[in-house]
Order: sequence, then structure tokens, then C-alpha cells
Amino acid sequence: MSADGSTPAIGRRHFLIGAGVVAGGLAAGTLLRPYLVGGRGGAAPKEFKPHAFLRIADDDTVTVIIGKSEMGQGVYTGLPMILAEELDFDPQRLKVEIAPVDPVFNHPFLPAQFTGGSMSTNTTYESLRHVGAMARSMLVTAAAARWGVDASTLRTEAGKVIDTAGRELRYGELAESAAALPLPAKETIRLKDPKTFSYIGKPQKRLDSRVKVTGEAVFGIDVDLPGMLMATVARAPVFGASVKSFDDTRARSVPGVVDIKQVPSGVAVIAEHTWAALKGREALSVEWDDADGKKLSTEALRSEWQALAAKPGIVGQNIGDTAKALASGSRRIEVEYELPYLAHACMEPMNATALVKDDDCDLWLGTQSQSQDAQFVAAALGIDPKNVRVHTTFLGGGFGRRASADSDFAVEAAHVAKGVGKPVKVVWTREDDMRRGYYRPYSISKVRAAIGADGLPSAFHQVIVGKPVLANTAMGKMAVSKEGLDPSSVEGTANMAYPIPNLRVEVHNTTEAVPILWWRSVGHSINGFVANGVIDELAALAKRDPYEYRQAMLADKPRYRAVLDAAAELAGWGQPLPAGRHRGIALQESFGSIVAQVAEVSVTGKEVRVHRVSCTVDCGIAVNPDQVVAQMESAINYGLCAVLESEITIRDGVAVQGNFDSYPVLRMAAAPQIDVRIVNSDGPIGGIGEPGTPPIAPAVCGAIFAATSKRIRRLPLSASLS
Amino acid sequence: MISLKVNGVERQIDVDPDMPLLWALRDLLKLTGTKYGCGIAQCGACTVHLDGQPMRSCVMPVSAVGSAEIRTVEGLSGAAATHPVQQAWIELDVVQCGYCQSGQVMAAAALIEQNPAPTDADIDAAMNGNICRCGTYPRIRAAVKRAAEIKRAGTAA
Ligand code: FES
Ligand code: FES
Repeated sequence: MSADGSTPAIGRRHFLIGAGVVAGGLAAGTLLRPYLVGGRGGAAPKEFKPHAFLRIADDDTVTVIIGKSEMGQGVYTGLPMILAEELDFDPQRLKVEIAPVDPVFNHPFLPAQFTGGSMSTNTTYESLRHVGAMARSMLVTAAAARWGVDASTLRTEAGKVIDTAGRELRYGELAESAAALPLPAKETIRLKDPKTFSYIGKPQKRLDSRVKVTGEAVFGIDVDLPGMLMATVARAPVFGASVKSFDDTRARSVPGVVDIKQVPSGVAVIAEHTWAALKGREALSVEWDDADGKKLSTEALRSEWQALAAKPGIVGQNIGDTAKALASGSRRIEVEYELPYLAHACMEPMNATALVKDDDCDLWLGTQSQSQDAQFVAAALGIDPKNVRVHTTFLGGGFGRRASADSDFAVEAAHVAKGVGKPVKVVWTREDDMRRGYYRPYSISKVRAAIGADGLPSAFHQVIVGKPVLANTAMGKMAVSKEGLDPSSVEGTANMAYPIPNLRVEVHNTTEAVPILWWRSVGHSINGFVANGVIDELAALAKRDPYEYRQAMLADKPRYRAVLDAAAELAGWGQPLPAGRHRGIALQESFGSIVAQVAEVSVTGKEVRVHRVSCTVDCGIAVNPDQVVAQMESAINYGLCAVLESEITIRDGVAVQGNFDSYPVLRMAAAPQIDVRIVNSDGPIGGIGEPGTPPIAPAVCGAIFAATSKRIRRLPLSASLS
Repeated sequence: MISLKVNGVERQIDVDPDMPLLWALRDLLKLTGTKYGCGIAQCGACTVHLDGQPMRSCVMPVSAVGSAEIRTVEGLSGAAATHPVQQAWIELDVVQCGYCQSGQVMAAAALIEQNPAPTDADIDAAMNGNICRCGTYPRIRAAVKRAAEIKRAGTAA
């Protein structure tokens, strides 16, 4: 509730007025209007703005400006909490504002404003604390001056400065005088002892719930601007194809269609509303130059890649002497793992709105990579990146897709809007979104592994075949070595938590025309399945329990052991289960967090039912523990789709699946009970958006093995069990 | 001209009678709380109430609405979020990205209207058509039960 006790603290305007809209010099009266629902009337308050992250108004409104994109992971709650902790202000009373694009909001390791890699909390934790503490110290200094007392005698609590006699001044009352003070030197600012934290580490309700249950929250697809037109684009169904010719006679006669034009990605139909844009596109006839692309199919790739996996590749990891250890190991396995292309299938299909005027462009969109979008749009339009303003909205899911390899949906909108003189929103249908690609890469791995005399793994040799993710993104390609090693291709096995004395991971980079991209947990969702699957196979070879086997492997790694043991305990590992139910276990470290999961599964014929998942996580510090739990739930359910039924297959150069009828995803009736326990050590802060995904597939498949003695090496299960 | 009664207000729109209600609501009436997710009655993001019944507005032509009263998420309780489903959703921190949640909220509101104490099986049946890519299902399940409880308490009082 807000200070006046009437309404929750966050209104739509606080999420959607990018200060950038104003800074962009656009007519505030027109462009701002759509977002000013419930806006504050009257004169602008006097404000204390010690930093780009924070404003304190004389009416006690405290606004935190967040440069990370909210795609469900809770950054509009967790990040403000960190600042509020040091400021001594109740997070529930905060207002949160979406930041403009400005270098001050850049990622600390990248010269860009970017949300991804499960890094939002750990890369902003210190700076947000610092800004909160600095503001607090300035408010205290202002109060000390007002009362004529020594600042060291004052304390703060919940938005007030209090003296030894119990006198109080609200932050709002101090805002104007604090604003007149010089910024204190960084070394003079004292941070709290974490033991005294009031908010960090305690569950805090999400600040964006109300706007998301009333329909007020504005996503990219909801952006509404004066004179705005809608557009769809007919894109080549075959990957890599281009427009040969098109006939738009019929399309132009569809009522509501305004214009039709060719853009680099296809043919755009611009119309007064979405329905006309869709009908117009249906009435188009486009001839594609697609002869080469039509030869592409998953079937053909499979046999080609299986052969490739038998040959040596680029070395991504080499510990010990794997060849020797394989030759001398007491028992060996040689297995092949296969994982399909997967669509991100964000609930909100891709879209972007652009207004292009001469050498100037405004973009409204849900994006994970504002700076890159601005650069690519500027390049496409041949204008200065400084003249591209990106206005971030809420994101209806991201999962990596909205940090596009080449800003595809932003650039396309700019091309469509160029020359129109009005804002144009390019809306993608679900089929557009699913068939256009940017998939998790298709992957085939050959693994040879052995156990030693003690039964533990002595050798693990993996050859991976697939298209490298980082190498195919503008932002990630600098991470690729000159030998062509893309770290994301081998992550998850090359650096797995299980110590293996002889470990060799090799990779073959493929180049098929299918666009691929980081998909929640990137290489870990592929190699975490392979690593844990092979460990399970070796445990079976050694006739040992998969949990006990992992315990033995992790004997000298207490932090990992603690997470593993807690998951087993939470699941009641070893205790009897209802008839027909079986358990599997997996552990994977990714993005700085360790996650273990136990899945409880029953198998009836070809039908696999996941009843319960017990999940433990060590992420160092859990800023908002209930949102850590929520991210585990989310990541497990997201990963389960990939286990059970989701896959993209290519036939004749086209993605076969186009919508949720052919690309089934998890639904309510199949959603398991999920129990999460946070078992934090005092390790560094880890990521939380992605690390919950990798363990679920191997945990479920371990349980299927316990139930059926059938080893699952290919996902989804619908492909394996049929 | 087609007349629609939306959230208690009579609205006139001049459109192709085949236009799905979804696009009429979003593009013409600017009620963007109702979302597009699939366009083929697979995901539930576009769920609205027609005379209290949950419907997929993406496959319902505006001409088929007739005199039925349409309620969208904006009309559930306005900005106050006082509907039992909204209260329960806020209390249990259900939302993540939030994109599916308008549809989830509308489906749940219709469910507890018809069934004051839904069981797990009732929830599975009523909510299975609503996809959430953020996987908020465990919380939706708990929140539907909590919403029913809030509603019962309200009705009893
Ligand atoms: S948009 Fe109507 S059911 Fe998906
Ligand atoms: S909350 Fe994101 S799709 Fe449901």
C-alpha cells in the first residue's frame, strides 16, 4: 500500500514512462499520453536525485529507476529492494520506473545495456547498495544540519531520520536540502553489515503484481501511439530464402490495408489494424528464391552429424589422458545423445514498434538488449546510433529470445516503418515467431566413458556436434577462440561439477541455415543432460545408487554435497514411494549457482507423468527468497516442456511446428508439485533465472530408468518412447 | 456498424464482421489487457467472459457476439484489483512476466463463479487451456483455491 494507504504503490506510468521518451525531445503531450494513466497531477514535486538510479520527492515518493528488463524474473522487485535496504525505506512503498537507455545502466562487463546470462542481481548488487547508502548518508547530513546536531548521533528507519531525543524528519522533508549537498566521496560511504539487513534475504512481494492482474501492464504488443499503424511481414518459410517476386494486387484491395513493401526479411503489409494486416498478408502471393534451402532437414543433419561425431573436433577441455584411461578402464560405455532444436516460444510473440523520421528513430519494444538494438537499427537506417531511442516495455517472456543475435525484430520494424512517417507496430503471429527460428541448437554428442577399479568415473570423452551459439551472436562472438572454440558449446560438461580425472570434450561447429540462439541456460540445458545422463549410466555400470554415486564423486566438494544431500532429503530419497513411482536425481552448476533436483515419476506404457520435483539451490545470497523459489518453479516447468514433448524439426527447409498444437508445452494438468529449498552457503551471489532448468531433464530420465530400465538419450520423450 | 457491450458500456465499431473479437478489443477499443498468444484457441491468453462464460476471443468473430455482455480483465474490478482472483494472485505472488495472466485470471474468475470450492481435478480441467510459459502453474493452482476461499468468506459475510 502507498503512504496514503489507498492504492498499491505502483501505477502503470511508473513502469512505462521511460525518461527517455522525454529526453528524446518528442512531444510529451502526444507520446506520453498513452502511458499517463493515474499520473500525478499538479506541480512537479521538488526532487533529490543523487544518482540516475534514484529520485526522492518532497512528497516522500521514492522512485528507483531500473535498467534491467523485467521478463518475469522479478528484477523490478529484487533490484529496488537492494537499494531500499541501504536507504532504509520500505520496498513496498517504492515506485519503479523503467530506465531510458543510458551508459549508466550498462552491464558492468559489457559496454551495453543488456539483461541476460542470469547476471542482473550479482552485477548490480554493489552499485545499488552504494547508491542507497549514499542517499541515506546525504539525508542524514541534511537532518543534522537542520537540527544542528552531529550526524553520527542520528539513525534512519523506514524513510525517516531520527535523533536521540526521538525527533523525526521524513525523507521527503529533507529532499530539497539533501539535493543542495555535494555528493560524498565514495570511500566515505559505509555499507550495512549484512547481519543487520531488514529486507535483503526476506521475502518481499512483487511490486508488479497489480498491473499484471488488471491488464494495465504495457507489453511491447500493447504499445499504442497516435496515428500508429500495424504491420505483418510475409517471411520466407524456408530458412535462408529470399523474395524473388511478389504480387500484391489482391492484398492491396483488402479493406484497411495501407501499404505493401518489400523489406530485407520479406514483404510487409501495413494496415490500420492487425486484422487487416493479417488478411492482407494472406492475400499476397510471394515467390521465394529457396531452391537450396529446401534440402535442409533434421533427418539429413542427423546422419551427417552422427558421422561427424566419430571424428576428432576442436578441443574444448582436456584433463589427464582420456584415451589411455578409456583403454585401461575396467568397464566402458559408448553412447550417443541427441537433443532437438527448441523454440523459446515466449508467451508474447515477437513485436516491435518503430517511428522513423529522417535521421531519427524511436523504438518501443520488450527487449533484453537495448544498446545492441539501437546500434543495429541505426546501421540499418544509416543514421547515428545516438538518434535511436529505445523505450523498453514489459517483456512477455524472454528466455534469451529477446536478446536477439542481430536485433532481428527491432531492425525489421525499423525497415517497415521507414518512410511511413507514423509509428508502425510489426506484430508476429505465433507461427511467425515459432517458424522464424532462433532456436536452441540441435545437438548430437558421442560419449565414451569408463569407470575405474573403485567404480567411479575414470574417463569421459565427449564429441559434440552443433551450431555454436555465441559465435552466431553479435555480442557473444568475441568469446570464441581463434581455433573456433565457442565456450557455450562445451559448457556443462567441460566444466561439470563432478570431478573426472580424465576428461576430454571436443566440438564440431556446424553451419546449417537455421538461426540458433541462447535458450534459457544455453549450453547447460544440453550438456547438463549429457553429463548427468552419463553419470547415471556409469553408476548403473558400477551397480550403485545414482544419489550415493554422486555423493561419492562430490566427497571433496562440500558446497555441492550440501545441495545434493538437501535435495535427497527433501525428496525422501530411499524412502518408499507409492506403487509405480520412481525417483531420479541430477545436479548442475550454472551461472554461479548450484541446483540439485529429484524427480518423482511414473510411467504407464508410453505415458510419463512427473508427480513431484524436489529442488535445492545454493545461489550465495537470495535477495528475495520467494522469487528465487519462483524462478526455480519456472525453470523446472520450462525445462519439463523440453523433456516431454517440445521439439522443432526441419523438413524441406521449413520448421514443421508452428503453434502450440504441434509444439506442445507444459500445461496445468501435467504440472508437478514443486518443493524448493534454498541452501545458501556464503559463496558469491549466483544467477537465478536459468540454473533451475538444466537438472530437470536428467532427473526425470533417471527416474524413467528406475521405472523401466530404459535409458533415455534422446529428447523429447515423445520422440524417444514412440 | 456492430454494437458490443463491453464492461458494461455500449460500444459501436465499424469493422469486418469476421474480425475476431480479440483484435476488435485490442486494436479498436484499446482494451489491450486481453492478449494474443496463438490465435487458434490453444493458449487461453485471449480469454474474456461472454455472459459470464470464459471464451477464446481470438476465434470468435465480432459478428457472433450478438447481444452477449463482454467482460475483459479491465472490467473485472478496474484498477483496484479487488476481485478475489486478483487478490489471491497478488497475495501468492503468482505473476512472472505476466503476459498470460489476464487470461489466467479470467479463466479462474469464471471457474470460482461456477464452482465455489474447486478441487485439483476441477482446476486441471478448467485451467488446462491456459498456457503459462513462465510455468506459474503451482502458484495458479494454490491461488485459485485461495481465491475461492476469499470469495466464500466475502459471500458469507
Ligand atoms: S490467443 Fe486465443 S487461445 Fe491463444
Ligand atoms: S507469467 Fe509469463 S507466461 Fe505466464
